[in-house]
Amino acid sequence: MGTYVARRLLLLPLVAFGVTVLIFALLQFLSPAQRAALFVTNPNQLAQIDGIIRKYGLDKPAHVQYWIWLKELARGDLGWSQTARMPTSAAIGTFFPATLELTIYIFIPVVLIGLWLGTKAAVHKDRFVDHFSRFVAISLRGLPSFVWGLVVLMVFYGWLAWFPPGRLSLEADLYVKSPAFRPYTHLLTLDALLNGQVWVFLDALRHIVGPAMTLVLVEMALLVRVTRSSMLEVLRQDYVRTARAKGLAEPVVINRHARRNALIPVVTLSSLLFVGLLGGVVLAETIFNYPGIGKWGAEAAVQLDIPGVTGFGMFVAMLTVLGNLAADILYASIDPRIRLQ
Amino acid sequence: MSVIRTALNRTSWAPRIRGVTVAALALVLAAVATPPVRDRVVQHPLDVAAFLVVMVAIGMFWSLPSDFTRRMKRNPLSIAGFVIVMCFISVAVLAPLLALPKAGTRDPYLIPHEGFLPDPQPPRLGHPFGTTGRQYDIYYGVVWGTRTAFRVAIVVVTISIALGLTLGSIAGYYGTRLDELIMRVTDVFLAFPSLVLAVVITAVLGKGLEKVMIAIAVVGWPVYARLLRGEILSVKQRDYVEAARAAGAGDLRIILRHVVPNTIYPFLVYAAFDTGVIVLVAAALSFLGLGAEVGYADWGQLINMSRSWILGVPGNPFVYWYTVVFPGIVIFLFVLGWNLLGDAFRDILDPRLRGST
Repeated sequence: MGTYVARRLLLLPLVAFGVTVLIFALLQFLSPAQRAALFVTNPNQLAQIDGIIRKYGLDKPAHVQYWIWLKELARGDLGWSQTARMPTSAAIGTFFPATLELTIYIFIPVVLIGLWLGTKAAVHKDRFVDHFSRFVAISLRGLPSFVWGLVVLMVFYGWLAWFPPGRLSLEADLYVKSPAFRPYTHLLTLDALLNGQVWVFLDALRHIVGPAMTLVLVEMALLVRVTRSSMLEVLRQDYVRTARAKGLAEPVVINRHARRNALIPVVTLSSLLFVGLLGGVVLAETIFNYPGIGKWGAEAAVQLDIPGVTGFGMFVAMLTVLGNLAADILYASIDPRIRLQ
Repeated sequence: MSVIRTALNRTSWAPRIRGVTVAALALVLAAVATPPVRDRVVQHPLDVAAFLVVMVAIGMFWSLPSDFTRRMKRNPLSIAGFVIVMCFISVAVLAPLLALPKAGTRDPYLIPHEGFLPDPQPPRLGHPFGTTGRQYDIYYGVVWGTRTAFRVAIVVVTISIALGLTLGSIAGYYGTRLDELIMRVTDVFLAFPSLVLAVVITAVLGKGLEKVMIAIAVVGWPVYARLLRGEILSVKQRDYVEAARAAGAGDLRIILRHVVPNTIYPFLVYAAFDTGVIVLVAAALSFLGLGAEVGYADWGQLINMSRSWILGVPGNPFVYWYTVVFPGIVIFLFVLGWNLLGDAFRDILDPRLRGST
């Protein structure tokens, strides 16, 4: 266990280093003046752009530039994001809690529904539930999330007016920004409950359902199929037969003996799911005008706000790497076969 | 449900498909005989010739008495995937006949528009799918967008496979340090969700369809490289590679003649799935406004244009439904078709995985 985790941990800085090299290589496609924007922390400095180019050695050879840039990165200085109208690192801090909240509200239903439907399909193999889940999985796999998101917006906002876009309604937003409201975690639904403001909670929830619903449906398909095939594999094992033979009730066999072991590949998948979500939120947040990191990243890309978009990319890459690491460790800790390899 | 399933399994699909094909050919011939269609055919002889070549190739593939086609014909889902993809190929090849470009246009990929009326107009004669904002014809965009989709898919898959094949075989065959280096490079690329890296690359290179293609190829090659490397590692221990080396074959010859042909199947399966994903990502980038310019025949672009018309008017929320529904269904079917085809290839080429998804 120790060496396994240690090896994964050693890889982490290597990948992080690679990510910075990749982004730096991409930046070499830009002119020195464009790259100078990466070192600007407030718009007034733009007047002395030549001075900045000289100061940060943007006309020097690439490896010298890389070193200077890396030092700036290490100080958390990612440049000025024009789209967010604040420094990139501050923008990440502002937008990320909203995305984290959205991700939680997608992740939980996906896992619950995926496990439930996948188990059901495996237990009732070749029956209606199984065919239904296969039909759902096959058709959802081709569903473009941006088209589906627009349909959700059309039906649930345009027609029913249940789930409006944005993150809060105007009055809730005013209240949240007032000193009466304490932002403990910056996750609005949680903060609202901690402040005892149920109406703010409901308001925030209403705004989160639309983008969450969009991605839950798209992300669910894979989990259902993996749970099903993993369950089928486990249900064939001897210990399940033994459990049945000693007269245990079927729910106990399924839930205690079979599903626990079937969860192993599902845990690995959930890290992929997390990665998939970080990509998916770009589209869902853009459609629902939800002020998270994905919407900001997409806007920065469209407006060619290079510090913004590269900062966004690197941040998401770091999250992905950490997510994968967490999944690996979790995987090793629940499956002794991995640990002992 | 299970009754229907057994019934489906019992029927032999082959003769039916033959019947349907003959009927379809007869219909096509009958249609060609009518004057308006004949004119179009005469105007675009090259496209029609290409179509006929494609159809003959598909017919020959389908009637090959091989194990591959026999297995494919047994599974209704595989047939569905095959038919969907073939329909898209036909539409792409016949695009100038299905949606006539305006006479004297400089680029047929630019969607024609009559006037600049801002509101979309519903489907009507001459505009079967309606027109989107500023009167761009949705039908034209969908038909020529099929060509765009295939262009993107072919370019990206070719680049990713070329890169993946080269680096993957180097890594797998020579192993040790070079292998370690290439694998760590793929780690870096795989540290990004594909859409996010594609967004970053497109933004840095500047917007545009070519940039989108480059971005998606750069994002896509590591999976091919890893796939091939893994396969090569298992194949290169085999006796026939040893035998080839004993016979004096060089490295390049062993890789190209012995190793790659034996490892290529997972590659093809993945390429089929990837084609759908590539077009989906390209459409997503166009949707975000990073891809094709406004008015270019591209599915993502059509969806992007429809964004302003999602909410309709008070009292009639679905009044502009056609702006999103038609391009949306087309993207959905395209991805679905390639996924089903990928499933079919995988089931046939890798029996161990049969029925797993």
